[in-house]
Amino acid sequence: MNPLERYAPLVDDEEAFLAACDRPLPSVVRVNTIKATAERARSALDAEGVGYEVTDWHPGILKMDERGPGTTWPYFHGWLHGQEEVSALPALALDPDPGEVVWDACAAPGSKTTQLADLMEDTGILVGNDNNLGRLSALRHNAERLGVSNLVVTNQDARNYSLKPFGEGTDDPAAIDAFDRALVDAPCSCEGTIRKNPDALDRWSMDHVHSVAGIQKGILRRAVQATRPGGTVVYSTCTFAPEENEAVLDHAIEEEDCELVEWDAPENFETAPGVTEWEDEEYDSSIERAHRVYPHHNDTGGFFCAKLEVTA
Amino acid sequence: MSGDGSGADGANGEENDGQRFDRLPETADERVVAGRPTREEVVDWWEERYGLAPETWDGHTFWEKGKGKIWAFAGDLVSPTPVEAVGMRVIRARQEHWKPSTDAVQRFCEEATKNVVVLEPAEAERFVRGEDQELDRWEGDWGYLVAAHEFEGRVEPIGVGLYLHGELRSTVPKGRQEDLS
Repeated sequence: MNPLERYAPLVDDEEAFLAACDRPLPSVVRVNTIKATAERARSALDAEGVGYEVTDWHPGILKMDERGPGTTWPYFHGWLHGQEEVSALPALALDPDPGEVVWDACAAPGSKTTQLADLMEDTGILVGNDNNLGRLSALRHNAERLGVSNLVVTNQDARNYSLKPFGEGTDDPAAIDAFDRALVDAPCSCEGTIRKNPDALDRWSMDHVHSVAGIQKGILRRAVQATRPGGTVVYSTCTFAPEENEAVLDHAIEEEDCELVEWDAPENFETAPGVTEWEDEEYDSSIERAHRVYPHHNDTGGFFCAKLEVTA
Repeated sequence: MSGDGSGADGANGEENDGQRFDRLPETADERVVAGRPTREEVVDWWEERYGLAPETWDGHTFWEKGKGKIWAFAGDLVSPTPVEAVGMRVIRARQEHWKPSTDAVQRFCEEATKNVVVLEPAEAERFVRGEDQELDRWEGDWGYLVAAHEFEGRVEPIGVGLYLHGELRSTVPKGRQEDLS
């Protein structure tokens, strides 16, 4: 069975949903405003005769007509970064301010991390963590190419992340005891990436879904604990499975001091609310505030994104 | 005497630990690790070599990991720190001629006023392909130059060129080399 058919009861138009999942995704780039404005980047592409279309929801996110952006001057200068369109959402939801202390719990290979650095105007402290040492070299390479200088890279298991390397509990003036914001872009069953990786679902199973859900709960709980009261945590996945999305949020608000908050998706970007019932489960009604992104709504990959506030 | 032989002053003989990031001392008086550059030396070097205003680095701290790899970080942290990376690698120091990194030059040298060689379009393309080229018109210093080109209405740094004996050698890392022609 195609696992995507499981989600037919959740979508408004099953046929359009399945058809969109079958179509390949265009190549999309994000303009890196640490190095260039969207206007300069677009002008540089125009000068090279590289065709693109500006998405109707973000002036710095461009759909390329044909070739990838790699062999262009603006790419070489670090003005552009290849990033799937829908994956620009969580950093916008987290909305970090310049000068803040921000944790990206599952950072490699770094598209969202470098977008966070951009939103922070390359100031403050951005801690990019990943448990996979091999993937950290990609994170470092991407960050340096884009001119990011506010990133600290760590290699820990996010579920029991330690702030000891940052002097937690000491009287060092540079010590970090808690984050202002945290992004948990969790490892998931990746159903939403089927348009990019047609074999993404080859190894899909309910056992895998349940196994990653356990990891997701651990990381999200640690992110809430490591964020100061009043701070923000964003949870995102590229999957449709409620077991990995709403159920994980339900667990976090039950076990930790946090609540779901409203976040408006960007104008011209359509999302569906989080579900509160799935199979035999019922979730907290506030989880409607989460956003489901289906491929047929904006012609993107599939995605899930929710914003939480840490309470005292 | 201890140390690695390159440290001359102010050191009490502590060794550089290549496994962690140590913040650079502000000045030579505060240096405890032999041969470690100071913040003052790093800021002065950028100004003397490339004309970068010292204020460029006001928000940044400098760190050493390994032997002479200097990193710039847009904030402060406790020191030492055992993490994987702190900001961006900006200089290879602890040798006679310090070498800036491609990424640092791209990020910080738009404001450079000295030792910037502006390449013609075909020269810039050769440079990005990683090729060395004759460049007899350069009459400035030898050594590591900022290679740049006119791009979108400004002089935009491309990377680091090593100029010797009339030849500009490209130091664009292999993984960054591209054919943009």
